[in-house]
Amino acid sequence: MMTRILATQIAFNWRRNLSAISGTVILLACLFMVAVGPSLVAQNPYDVMQLNLLDSYLPPVWLEGGNPNYLLGTDGQGRDVLAAVIYGTRISALIGLSATLLSCVIGTFLGLMAGYFGGWIDALIMRVADIQLSFPSMLIALFLMSAFGTGIDKILISLTAVGWVVYARTVRGSTLGERQREYVQAARVAGLRDAAIIWRHILPNVMTPLIVVATVQVGTFILIEASLSFLGVGVPVTQPSLGLLIKNGFDVLFSGLWWTSLFPGLMIMAMVFGINLLGDFLRDELNPRLK
Amino acid sequence: MTAMLEVQDLRQEFRLNPGLLDRISMKGGRLHLQDRIVSAVSGVSFSIAKREVLALVGESGCGKSTVAKAIARIYRPTAGNIRLDGQDIASLSQAELLPYRSKMQMIFQDPFASLDPRQKVRDIVAEPLRAQSGLASGEVAERVAALLAKVGLNTEHAGRYPHQFSGGQRQRIGIARALSVNPGLIIADEPVSALDVSVQAQILNLMMDLRDEFGLAYLFISHDLSVVHHIADRIGVMYLGFLVETAPRDRLFAMPRHPYTRALLSAAPSINPTRSRPEIELQGEVPSALALPSGCCFRTRCPYAWDRCAQERPALRDMGDGQSVACHLTDEPQRDMP
Amino acid sequence: MTTEMQPLLRVRELRTWFHTFSGIVKAVNGVSFDLAAGEVMGLVGESGGGKSVVGYSLLGLIDPPGKIESGSILFDGEELANAPERRLREIRGREIAMIFQDPMTSLNPVHTVGRQMDEMLRLHTELDKKARRQRCVEMLESVGIARAEERLESYPHQFSGGMRQRVVIAIALLAKPRLIIADEPTTALDVTIQAQILRLMRREIRQQGASLILVTHDLAVVAEMVDKITVLYCGRVVETGPVRQVLEAPAHPYTRGLIDSIPDPAHRLPRLRQIPGTVPDIRALPKGCAFRARCSGAAAICSEVEPSLVARAEGQSAACHFPLVSGETA
Repeated sequence: MMTRILATQIAFNWRRNLSAISGTVILLACLFMVAVGPSLVAQNPYDVMQLNLLDSYLPPVWLEGGNPNYLLGTDGQGRDVLAAVIYGTRISALIGLSATLLSCVIGTFLGLMAGYFGGWIDALIMRVADIQLSFPSMLIALFLMSAFGTGIDKILISLTAVGWVVYARTVRGSTLGERQREYVQAARVAGLRDAAIIWRHILPNVMTPLIVVATVQVGTFILIEASLSFLGVGVPVTQPSLGLLIKNGFDVLFSGLWWTSLFPGLMIMAMVFGINLLGDFLRDELNPRLK
Repeated sequence: MTAMLEVQDLRQEFRLNPGLLDRISMKGGRLHLQDRIVSAVSGVSFSIAKREVLALVGESGCGKSTVAKAIARIYRPTAGNIRLDGQDIASLSQAELLPYRSKMQMIFQDPFASLDPRQKVRDIVAEPLRAQSGLASGEVAERVAALLAKVGLNTEHAGRYPHQFSGGQRQRIGIARALSVNPGLIIADEPVSALDVSVQAQILNLMMDLRDEFGLAYLFISHDLSVVHHIADRIGVMYLGFLVETAPRDRLFAMPRHPYTRALLSAAPSINPTRSRPEIELQGEVPSALALPSGCCFRTRCPYAWDRCAQERPALRDMGDGQSVACHLTDEPQRDMP
Repeated sequence: MTTEMQPLLRVRELRTWFHTFSGIVKAVNGVSFDLAAGEVMGLVGESGGGKSVVGYSLLGLIDPPGKIESGSILFDGEELANAPERRLREIRGREIAMIFQDPMTSLNPVHTVGRQMDEMLRLHTELDKKARRQRCVEMLESVGIARAEERLESYPHQFSGGMRQRVVIAIALLAKPRLIIADEPTTALDVTIQAQILRLMRREIRQQGASLILVTHDLAVVAEMVDKITVLYCGRVVETGPVRQVLEAPAHPYTRGLIDSIPDPAHRLPRLRQIPGTVPDIRALPKGCAFRARCSGAAAICSEVEPSLVARAEGQSAACHFPLVSGETA
């Protein structure tokens, strides 16, 4: 509503909220890594020509036998773990963000339709949502992936199939509220068509709660994608995400070669932790009920 | 001369809990589909001449706002005719309505809810213009500036958001929006009831000035009798979805005929100390619109009610001098004893 | 009206400020008044005038970021301004009761009316269970609720709006408080119901000999209910006095403007006399008189010196450099 005042008010509260600041710092660090990281490491871990099998399973640099070229050690194919984590984070973050965006667009559209028009459109969309919610999202994603096969595009479809529901429900709820408001009635008296009323009046006023949902969902999607890849039904081996990196290291974890799994795992943890810290802060700030 | 607005036997029903699952119930061992229907407006007729101000008064739940929103075609009326400048618009679709929208605009009750918080004032005021006319954007901007000046705001206000204004100023923005397409009729749904008294007077004066300048007709919805007395030429009193009495302003205040009108007039507090004891003190409260009483809608609270009132619904009857009343007392005036 | 040596309530220079993100809101800024035992006072003004905050301050119901900055609230000789919360809790309900605009905010939706009434008596009286029930039934009957025994088992949502407000009034009067603060008690109600509730409040309060502070924006309600009126503007008292005198011959141009803004069916004018302009931003009040920008009689001194409350006539005082003479229009 009071965009300008709210913006400064949020900034004001952000400065006094330690977990919000930490979350932002962690996420900025991740962003930096994803954006600039590849140019900082010497090796492209997926260019087979750059790999040296003689360098396989080197420990991190601070352990005995470590090689300063490979700060966090190497894996079984002589791949630099740091470089792999950087490239993997890129893929994980890309999947998390694009799947969230896709779910948000599709879910918001369906939620607007359901909330604004009601009737059978509403009944249809919401019953599908209910059915979808009665299965664990991991199970649905797993099922779809085993049907489609691996691939980033297929992961996006699966995650979107799982993720749209929460937007549709949130948006439908807010839309039902907004539809009753006098400014929507005023728009009707002004002669606006339904599409224009939805686009110009309702959509901007139901967006705020979505920011919170979307923030948290990026974290959830990164985790689901990691799980799928860990189970071998996620990304293809040529484009390993963090989950696949963990799986690759997992096979040799009990031989004492822990670094190949641990560092991608820590990376996922840091990213999701940062997202959740920021998400909690946004939830407190943007939830009108807590005000 | 044709009337600006002519409403005939307008009915507006709302179905509660419209979901299929909510409507299924068990009755006598069988599944039963039931509708809970609220009759918000049960057959209301009136007309408004050009440049005339008709006020509908009544208490909450009497259907006065529903009448306004049905005429503005925010709702689709269940039955009845709404002739706007001769053309019946009661059953037109939203698309078919578009050409008639410019003859009728609306001012809303809540100055905080009736303006989209995310739009700038210039876009709010221009919305009906953009939807209904093919004006170029330069002409629109010019017109918006002129409208803002007309309602006592200035051009620099155009770039601001609604939250930067007080309640009275927001209501001015709403009025400018309604005026933008040069309507002949403005439906004003409790336009001053959310405002402080000093601001209320400003808005009422503005509305009267605009009527004189543009020759507007108003359908003015209000619960406040003193406001209605100030602005209306003619007054209709509503109770539980029915019009129980209509009369020219002075006639209604001097000689109210329906017991409800009399009760309403005597219940209104006044700052004028020299006032006689209330003529009729009402007991009890308004019955639910889900289950209207049989016969006369007012009989459950009427001190005069007798058996005929439960059996027969009184129709609105012309009593002369522009006054119409729906009450059996007009047949049997001997019962009208205090 | 009863007169005593010492008033029941003596408020002096009360200041309640809210320290918000966008500045200090001086909602109540130096309000003083007296209230005798059994007296009914109307506290009127428009939104932003501070009238509700005065009511909340008396009961110690000001939450952060609000705070009673200074001033004194002497209730029967006892200082309530910034008194310990424990003492205030004892006083609330027993000595001073409050009636809110929305009855739903003061009734707990998950408990029966009987239980809420009983709780009030248990907290504030020594009565045993049977006597408490007896008193609850009597009280409900006296506010005009039929089948009182049965209705004790009802939940608030089972009452209509008018009936709920009757229940709230019954609860407020249960412990025989000496002062009742009613914050817009009938604003949410319809006129015919409002008339019922006002009649009821007047009767019950007179009967108990309690004092009443009626917080409202509605001068017509005030005219019918109160002995004395206090008009607030921007957190300060601009005029106070016996209600007839103030309404018939207001000395402050703001009071005059308020009265003139109400359309009077007995004297219809082609145009209402309106107060021009809007209420100034309370976070940045101008120097001098807060009303001067909207006042037709303002002179140079009004933008320099803030006028203080000066007695004009019998019991009537106004805070204006150029008070109106009887009958004069603003």
